[in-house]
Amino acid sequence: MTSDSTTAMKSFPGAADIPVPEGAEGWEQLYPYYLPFREGDGSEDKFWFCDSQHWPTAFKPFETIGGEFAVKCLGQYNTRHLIIPPANGIEFKIHLGYLYMSPIAVAPEDIAARVPEFERRVGYYFGNWDRLLDDWRVKVRGTIAEMEALSFEPLPEMVPFEDIESGKAKDGSEVLLEGYDRLIQLAYQNWQYHFEFLNLGYLAYLDFFTFAKEAFPDIPDQAIAKMVQGVDMELFRPDDELKELAVLAHELGLQAGFEHTDDVAGTLAAIGALPGGDRWIARYEAAHDPWFNFTVGNGFYGHDKYWVDHQEIPLGYIKDYLRRVDAGQSILRPKDELIAERDRIIGEYRSLLDADTLPVFDAKRGLAATAYPYVENHNFYIEHWTMGVFWRKVRELDSVLRGAGFWQNENDILYLTRGEVRDALFDYVTGWGVGSESVGPRYWPAEIERRAKIVAALQTQRPQPALNTPPAEITEPFTQMLWGITTEQVQSWLSDDDSEGGAIKGMAASPGLVEGRARVVYHADDLGQVQEGEILVATITAPSWGPVFGKIKATVTDIGGMMSHAAIVCREYGLPAVTGTGNGSTTIQTGQLIRVDGNSGRVEILEG
Amino acid sequence: MTAPLIQFFDEGLPSDHDLLGGKCASLVTMTGAGMPVPPGFAVTTASYDEFVGGSGLSEAIAELLQGLDPDDVASVDGVSQRIRDAICSVDVSQRLRDSFDEAWARLQGRFAEPVPVAVRSSATAEDLPDASFAGQQDTYLWLTQKGEVREHIRKCWASLYTSRAITYRLKNGIPEEGLSMAVAVQKMVSARTAGVAMTMNPSTGDRSKIVIDASWGIGEAVVSGHVTPDNIMLDKVMMTVVNEHIGDKHIELVPDPAQRGLVEVEVSPERRSVRSLDDDELLAVAELAKRAERHYGVPQDIEWAIDRDLPPGENLLLLQARPETVHSSKQQEPKPVTSTIGVSSMTSMLTGAIRLP
Repeated sequence: MTSDSTTAMKSFPGAADIPVPEGAEGWEQLYPYYLPFREGDGSEDKFWFCDSQHWPTAFKPFETIGGEFAVKCLGQYNTRHLIIPPANGIEFKIHLGYLYMSPIAVAPEDIAARVPEFERRVGYYFGNWDRLLDDWRVKVRGTIAEMEALSFEPLPEMVPFEDIESGKAKDGSEVLLEGYDRLIQLAYQNWQYHFEFLNLGYLAYLDFFTFAKEAFPDIPDQAIAKMVQGVDMELFRPDDELKELAVLAHELGLQAGFEHTDDVAGTLAAIGALPGGDRWIARYEAAHDPWFNFTVGNGFYGHDKYWVDHQEIPLGYIKDYLRRVDAGQSILRPKDELIAERDRIIGEYRSLLDADTLPVFDAKRGLAATAYPYVENHNFYIEHWTMGVFWRKVRELDSVLRGAGFWQNENDILYLTRGEVRDALFDYVTGWGVGSESVGPRYWPAEIERRAKIVAALQTQRPQPALNTPPAEITEPFTQMLWGITTEQVQSWLSDDDSEGGAIKGMAASPGLVEGRARVVYHADDLGQVQEGEILVATITAPSWGPVFGKIKATVTDIGGMMSHAAIVCREYGLPAVTGTGNGSTTIQTGQLIRVDGNSGRVEILEG
Repeated sequence: MTAPLIQFFDEGLPSDHDLLGGKCASLVTMTGAGMPVPPGFAVTTASYDEFVGGSGLSEAIAELLQGLDPDDVASVDGVSQRIRDAICSVDVSQRLRDSFDEAWARLQGRFAEPVPVAVRSSATAEDLPDASFAGQQDTYLWLTQKGEVREHIRKCWASLYTSRAITYRLKNGIPEEGLSMAVAVQKMVSARTAGVAMTMNPSTGDRSKIVIDASWGIGEAVVSGHVTPDNIMLDKVMMTVVNEHIGDKHIELVPDPAQRGLVEVEVSPERRSVRSLDDDELLAVAELAKRAERHYGVPQDIEWAIDRDLPPGENLLLLQARPETVHSSKQQEPKPVTSTIGVSSMTSMLTGAIRLP
């Protein structure tokens, strides 16, 4: 680290300084009017950072829904529910297809006035945590059940005679229109629920974090994380289910059934025909609801694949696990060891505290350990389960409009904004209702082709990490915690020289030191290439990549902090991880021998 | 039962402080706890008592000290010199000679080749947290001949009567009766790397840290402050490096067979800037320090060495462990934690300027 305090404050480019990729001209028109930066909106005076952790790929128009709902609902809890004294929400914009964010601080003179309401509200939540969280599960499951019950069917040739008899006097188009509005509404509802406990979970964690840093100066961040992290987590359940299925297949000797897992129906039939196969199939089917509502992505993209819809994915994972069980390896997570290790860490730090400080430690750690698991578990309910059902329903709708000639390719619906989908539905039911042709089939195919080219062009260019001039110091706690945007991180983005000795620097997210061959993976579809004992290098990872973590030696990511998915899963699996390197996946190449030091956050390329 | 004249560190006898002195008692305790202490024996206070008692020395010493004015530097120096000359020249009884010869043979008999030893004084008042005598007693390194060792045992005994020691006792009213000294005779570690470790951060009093100083060669250079060692701080619970500073280790103390002793040599420029412990060794030193602390129940200050002749995994040796005294004597408590329980502490956390990862 250099100590030249005299260097002038460097800046990131402004939005207007970034060249528009060739072929992406007119990209602003793809998105709702309020999302791109606009001349004179004051955005040039603010610092924006790119959230490529959640949105690493340029948005198709419909996909902005995840970004909009998530960041809006995050903000409402700071601003309107919990009245977080120094922080309102996070303003968000799309530029060249990527999401940029700017936290809204509360004016210093207004902070004190917010404190009483903040303490009252947060105090109430922490005082009634279990009841409110139980209610939360009911609310969220109710939303999902209602969403699941929505159905999008092509309209019939004529209204059924029963409707004449009953005097229903509606043609069924209202089911499509209401169903679509309801689908969007239900997604919005669960995104509101998503943040009900998330900010509180982070708050309790930060409270313990701050205390731990005071009591034990320089305590490693991962020590704090390990003291509050749960072991028996709902987020790890899907992967655990696959492991148990592999163990059962091993016990029943069903190996022969797993020859061609890409053929789902054939595989299940072959297994079912083997002795004991029916028992395995029953167990397999029992795991589906809800645990196969699990995406290989992060829930924010229409192209994300969910296990329940693509069973070749879980079957392939099971096959891989089965091979390892057959080879005598232990694949189950060492839960007892993880719990023993957590208890050891807590016990040793406790033993260093005096009698006055100990109760404070216990109270804060206890609260964080109660509240923090939500931060991980909610992910299953919303990003995986809710969004899995949501995208399935969107595909049903896509199929209806595709069947009506609105476009040719599956998922072309994603090239419309969610407002335009509503228009297209009305266009469809109008044409059907009046007995003429809808306009869509003559309008959308060419328009979608034009938009697809723009999106493809946007996707050729990586986003800037940030825009404009950063503040001298990043102090907003959620920004630091959720996105790893710290003063140091911003400075390291701005410095061109990548630290000494060619080492790649990131966050020491999970301890351990290993050497191995790198495997650079940009998409979940490429996970099949990962070989036993390699080091996974990726832009980001998703928790649903779980089965891969059982194979690899370590992980390096470009994006993410101590609480990123890669960090959490690696700590869970006992693998070293360095996260938030910024450029690990573009600097390291597949096949290179690298050394990952999860204690210091350094990655070295040892040989090409 | 009469007190033994000699006690090996590993013969399973209790670590009687009065008999062994602070250093030897600690070595016996650590050996008994299964820690990797180089073998050796104590020439106990019973040996010293028999020596001064049986030779008429004690009466002679008492007479010389009678009425001595601690502020009369010239007189003190004169008395000191005469007592020390006497201790180094008076005949030693056959019984004492035999007991030492037998112990020496037993120690050397454990090794295929003759091994060098260190001879260190082990005073009964040494290393007490409240009255550290450290530095007032002697250490003689890399002795290989029996006669030489005998001589240096006497020098250790004689160090009870340096001018400083005499003055200190007179001024602090410490009586001469019962004054005695044991001497440690211990196999010398041929250290490739050596240093000290403390099971707390001495600058803040934070007990969740282990701080290690390490340098090339035999550890005296680190202990005496003749080199700037590598300085590494680890988290005691997670056992990960928190920060490290590579010292400019310009000299090292190494055995010199030609002179049958130690010699100070320059460290080559490329080795100076390299950390003198690899990752495994660093962890092993930290583990050893943690183990010593766990055994004694209070923060420890240990001396350790890595033997260049032993295989990895067995080459780390514990030379000394004592309660961390500098920090506790200053009564410098860790900065109290200001954080409280409840939502109001979250308010302070959010409204104060905090720095996160």
